[in-house]
Amino acid sequence: MAITLEQMRHTAKLARLELSDEQLTELMHHINALMAHFERLQALPLDDIEPTSHSFPVYNAFREDVVGETLPREEALANAPEARDGLFIVPRIVEE
Amino acid sequence: MQELLTLSLAEISRRLQQREISAVELTEIMLTHISTVEPKVQAFITPTPELAREMAREAQARLDAGERTPLLGVPIALKDNLCTKGVRTTCASRILHNFVPPYDATAVRRLRELGAVFLGKLNMDEFAMGSSTEYSAFHITRNPWDLERVPGGSSGGSAAAVAAHMAYATLGSDTGGSIRQPAAFCGVVGLKPTYGRVSRYGLIAYASSLDQIGPITKTVEDCAIMLNAIVGKDPLDATSVDLPVPDFREALVEDIKGIRLGMPKEFFGQGVQPEVAEVVRKAVGLLESVGAEVQEVSLPMAEQSLAIYYILAPAECSSNLARYDGVRYGLRVGAEKGHIGMMEATRAAGFGKEVIQRIIIGTYALSSGYYDAFYLKAQKGRTLLRQQFDAVFQQVDALVCPTTPTPAFKIGELVDDPLAMKLADVLTIPVNLAGLPGLSVPCGFVNGLPVGLQIIGKPFDEMTVLRIGYAWEQLACLRDELKIPTGLRTAPN
Repeated sequence: MAITLEQMRHTAKLARLELSDEQLTELMHHINALMAHFERLQALPLDDIEPTSHSFPVYNAFREDVVGETLPREEALANAPEARDGLFIVPRIVEE
Repeated sequence: MQELLTLSLAEISRRLQQREISAVELTEIMLTHISTVEPKVQAFITPTPELAREMAREAQARLDAGERTPLLGVPIALKDNLCTKGVRTTCASRILHNFVPPYDATAVRRLRELGAVFLGKLNMDEFAMGSSTEYSAFHITRNPWDLERVPGGSSGGSAAAVAAHMAYATLGSDTGGSIRQPAAFCGVVGLKPTYGRVSRYGLIAYASSLDQIGPITKTVEDCAIMLNAIVGKDPLDATSVDLPVPDFREALVEDIKGIRLGMPKEFFGQGVQPEVAEVVRKAVGLLESVGAEVQEVSLPMAEQSLAIYYILAPAECSSNLARYDGVRYGLRVGAEKGHIGMMEATRAAGFGKEVIQRIIIGTYALSSGYYDAFYLKAQKGRTLLRQQFDAVFQQVDALVCPTTPTPAFKIGELVDDPLAMKLADVLTIPVNLAGLPGLSVPCGFVNGLPVGLQIIGKPFDEMTVLRIGYAWEQLACLRDELKIPTGLRTAPN
């Protein structure tokens, strides 16, 4: 089940990665080499097996609904590439 | 090299407590040693000498006041994917090159509270994805046993620093072998605790159902001391488990009579260098001669582990790494391209090739139409593997096998081979998939390079794993041989 360049383009878009066709083609060869090795997973009789998402069952972890310690706003913004007036600044989203 | 530097954590702790040396003097000696050895090994991304001096002064004040705890005043270092308040934490990635966390990871906070001295942040494969530390965005790290070879990875800096005596212990993280494999390559001890034993709060996430923090040390005793410091339930990590926490030093008894050891035949088979298998078989034979009961067992699903892992880990990583979008922290490029264009440009510029490859595989495996064929299949395979481990642990108390199929490989040897590098983790990955504790202890040498013995335990049975490791360490008497790695022996001192 090899991945095509068209699928690579679509997947890169989903993953928000700006990659050239040249980069995608190189990656595609690597990924297809790996996928070929992992093909044998498809042959396993797994129909009646329950999937495991965690090695130990984890159930909802509840706590009392009380306000705990929170990060001061200035500290939360300290690493932002751009911040102003207590907010993260992003490139314009809505056109005028 | 000064004798003081080659002492274990437990030994240096006793000297600090008996006031034979002060924490401040010890830290200065360490910093001087690091300035000599680091240019050869390059284990650190961000050394923190000033922080170390300050923490040493504070620790000495506590020692002076009569406090006696095993980490007080002991210089250690941390993998650079553990958040450290006020100290740059990069994950060895350009995308986080300037990230200064506003909080400590829980494991880091505990070490801080216990008075350990932080020497700095250690090199790794970018976002912990890799087996050689060659995928660091900043520089490679060299194996102290042979400077032309890799230290392993992803916690390569953590293992190399301990082997080169640039820290008495370090913390690493292990998603598919990233503590045990470099520990084996560098001739030191590395433990991946059971999934849930140690809080991952503040560990920058790679694959959340597999990641675990653990210690890398010179001895099994030191490993128990470090584990004591970092285990336990943490309300900030919902997956941390609320179980009684033993004193892991109680495992350090030199007696393994009647302990049942299984040798999984798949872990000695295809791909394992015969010389490596031979060294490990000899070690198991020695354990048998002092009373362990050894039998061969089988885990057929282990051979599918790599395939399962390279679906699940990339799938989880593609989700975890979605947060690096140039908005809240880290790199931002292409602000003129609009908000989506900025995110796409930032991520492409900020992530290295290996990380991008895994994000693409993961995104593809989770995308509409492929979920059942890949992700769901892998999760089901994981169930089968876990069932096989459970069945084997009905017959034995622990499993013993090599940690890696080969000793450390050469720098550049596998870096462009998509599959060969990944095979370095083929014996450690099954342990993460099943959530089990795994320890690597130095076992011997092949062509002058260290080889690790891997000991795999039942869930939450680190006690038995450490007990076997300790018994082996006492039997093997490798300490003197391991003291000065060959790559550092040419130094004039």
